Amino acid sequence: MTEIIVVTSGKGGVGKTTTAASLGCGLARRGKRVAVLDFDIGLRNLDLIMGCERRVVYDFVNVIHGECTLKQALIKDKRLDSLFVLAASQPRDKDALSAEGVRRVLDELIADHFEYIICDSPAGIEKGAHLSMYYADRAIVVVNPEVSSVRDSDRILGLLASKTARAEKGETRVKEQLLLTRYNPKRVANGEMMSVSDVKEILGIEVVGVIPESPDVLAASNSGTPVIMKTESDVSHAYEDAVARMLGEQLVMRFVDEPKRGFLARMFGG
Amino acid sequence: MGLLAFFRRNNGTATVAKERLRIIVAQERLTRDGPDYLPLLRREILEVIRKYVNVDPETVQITLEREDGHELLELTVALPGRS
Repeated sequence: MTEIIVVTSGKGGVGKTTTAASLGCGLARRGKRVAVLDFDIGLRNLDLIMGCERRVVYDFVNVIHGECTLKQALIKDKRLDSLFVLAASQPRDKDALSAEGVRRVLDELIADHFEYIICDSPAGIEKGAHLSMYYADRAIVVVNPEVSSVRDSDRILGLLASKTARAEKGETRVKEQLLLTRYNPKRVANGEMMSVSDVKEILGIEVVGVIPESPDVLAASNSGTPVIMKTESDVSHAYEDAVARMLGEQLVMRFVDEPKRGFLARMFGG
Repeated sequence: MGLLAFFRRNNGTATVAKERLRIIVAQERLTRDGPDYLPLLRREILEVIRKYVNVDPETVQITLEREDGHELLELTVALPGRS
């Protein structure tokens, strides 16, 4: 059985690629066979976040145009044996992807016994974003607790409900799950930032994970290591929890409350 | 929550964000599945009404409901009270 998962958001810069890379790693660490596909044609990024940018020879569009085999284009992760990356093309125009081409690649991955195919969507609602979600079984909607991100996520939820293969064929709908990133419990406690429950209430779908705001994310991307591999970081634990929930485990949400502080600090804030 | 945080909370903008989103998301969901002409229709109807009465564009609500077999287009305009 293969599950096709799109990591999407509408708005750019909310942490889609970071999330796609970390969820891919997390699933592979649990022994799953995983392929992560970069749909951001023209603006390749996933390879950098995964730290395999210098090993890209062939890309998604090469495969679709038959210029190489899928096996030649899949980059095997250096850390995890069961994790593979398919890079986006840099110089191509974004119309280089086609629905049939994407379907062929997905079918080949399914035939190759991949258990999870993670589609990293580009920002926006153009063709790349559309194709990344079109064949999805599940959508991880990445959202920051911020007005424009929440609104754009709702727009994406609308597209998931109408512009996907499942919607068009009248099959069971794409399973939608929210993943909040850049969450700052202290600012939430101060009333400066919307809480998990606020965002959940507005969008009305289940929350699969909450990732705290942390300098570790930038440090990880600087070094080309998916942040979930930085096991000393809260961010890593938060992504691990999200992966566990994706696999059906019931876990209490961590990193959503302000860290406990001393009496004086509590009295006078800070 | 500390004392300062308690007082700060009253100035928090998170509740404003939530309220604004609640309204705009509800409105966009209602028109989302509707035909593309709905926003234009809304604007033109509003222009006609504004020829006669000075209404606030934010008080105009347009909704499209589907009942089996037919669609119901509902337009609600709050007219300003006479003063």
